[in-house]
Amino acid sequence: MSGFLQNTFNGLVGGAFYALLALGLAVIFGMLRVVNFAHGAFYMLGAFGAYVLLAEAGVPFWAALVIMPLALGLLGMVLERAVIHRLTRLDPLYNFLLTFGLTLILQDLVKSRYGVQSSPYATPTELSGSVDFGLFDFPTYRVFILGFTVLLCGAVWWVLGRTRIGMVVRAATERPELTRAFGIDVGKWVTPVFGFGIALAGLAGVLAAPMRAVNPLMGADLIIVVFAVVVIGGLGSIFGSVAAGFGIGLIQAWGEAYLSDFPIVSQTVVFVVMAAVLLWRPAGLFGREEAPA
Amino acid sequence: MLRIENLSAWYGEAQVLREVSLDVAAGEVVTLVGRNGAGKSTLLRCVMGLHPGQRGTVTLDGTELTRLPAYKRARLGLGWVPDDRGAYATLSVTENLTLPPRVGPDPWPLERVYEAFPALYSRRDSAATMLSGGEQQMLALARVLRMGARLLLCDEPTEGLSPLLVQQVGDLLREAKKHGVTVLLVEQNLHFATGVADRHYLLAEGRIAEAMDNSEVRSRERELLAYLGI
Repeated sequence: MSGFLQNTFNGLVGGAFYALLALGLAVIFGMLRVVNFAHGAFYMLGAFGAYVLLAEAGVPFWAALVIMPLALGLLGMVLERAVIHRLTRLDPLYNFLLTFGLTLILQDLVKSRYGVQSSPYATPTELSGSVDFGLFDFPTYRVFILGFTVLLCGAVWWVLGRTRIGMVVRAATERPELTRAFGIDVGKWVTPVFGFGIALAGLAGVLAAPMRAVNPLMGADLIIVVFAVVVIGGLGSIFGSVAAGFGIGLIQAWGEAYLSDFPIVSQTVVFVVMAAVLLWRPAGLFGREEAPA
Repeated sequence: MLRIENLSAWYGEAQVLREVSLDVAAGEVVTLVGRNGAGKSTLLRCVMGLHPGQRGTVTLDGTELTRLPAYKRARLGLGWVPDDRGAYATLSVTENLTLPPRVGPDPWPLERVYEAFPALYSRRDSAATMLSGGEQQMLALARVLRMGARLLLCDEPTEGLSPLLVQQVGDLLREAKKHGVTVLLVEQNLHFATGVADRHYLLAEGRIAEAMDNSEVRSRERELLAYLGI
């Protein structure tokens, strides 16, 4: 029993990263119709930024948790203005290729400076040790990640669901042209929303630094699964991306724990789930068929 | 109030409007009738600023709209009632009503909207796409009245509605007109059109073929219906 609970807890923590990344991809896709392949690279930059800030300037984890999302969000906004928005009128494939190219550039820039080996990042002392849950112990840092992510997703959910800004973003995401006809400058929201999505990826990266290997390819390994998560949840669906993120985290953790004798199965279970979901609901679990513009 | 001069529009290579000119005076209700594909909806989209391939000028009370994006046109008082009713699935009924900013001198308060549309009030927290077709049409009209739009652009507001609901839409447009709201209406239902409108334009192959008043439409109803293929 305690083993199962521990696996479940680990699954939720892994899912928390998927949820944060998928949430950012979902808001970006919803508003810009851009599939941001570079999302994993920004996650990597978040982790690497935290590492560099600590190693070279002594900036602690908590400060990095604020600085990196802000800095990367700003970089995202600059990129959106400078290049991405020039391509949004064209076939979505162009921005997919652009962000893919961006990923390679960002990865190689980091690689050329820091090499491909993983860099260690110490868990902040306030969050070291473990929490006793009676049946099992669990590292404090992981408990923190889970709580922090759930709160953050809840806050985003609240802003999108309960505020005027959220209402405008939902309307502009669902039907951009119609929303313009109702007096709303949809274009004004595009850049901040892109920046916000990138900031979430950066935040996930900082959170990952103490528990995952910090290296230039950490985002590339993750992004494929995150794309599967987004597809399962329903492209552009905020709730779907978060729910599917945690769900896939759980499935992966259980698969690794209970199907470890069948590595082929445990490594591919996410994609099997994706294929099954797509056969059953082509728009994803919480996605809607594209509405007319 | 609204002046359209030499408006031409294209879908790719195909020209759908050819040098259309027309005027709508403040407080008037004017309909555009014509066969499917005559360019009626395209004309409304051009006025709203939603059709990229166009040439000519559109002015509202002397302000040239031609280069303004749709959201700025809406803020000058244009109210968009699209043919698909424009209900948002991710917004509640109340949010659908309060999404547009107030743009005119006489926006309806939400309480007044709900008084006039009790069916919307009872479903105020539901997703707007859960409403019936008739209720969605009422929502679309209520939304532009709450905005306080001065010129409503209505694309076939009676399409697919029961006779009772058609009558309600008519009452609503007459009520709006009484308060000085101007309406440019695309309509196939001639009986309805003569009941609410002051004048009519017949659009054929992207041109204004005829301008008619109510008595002319009534006396030629059979001929017009045959022409429209209804």
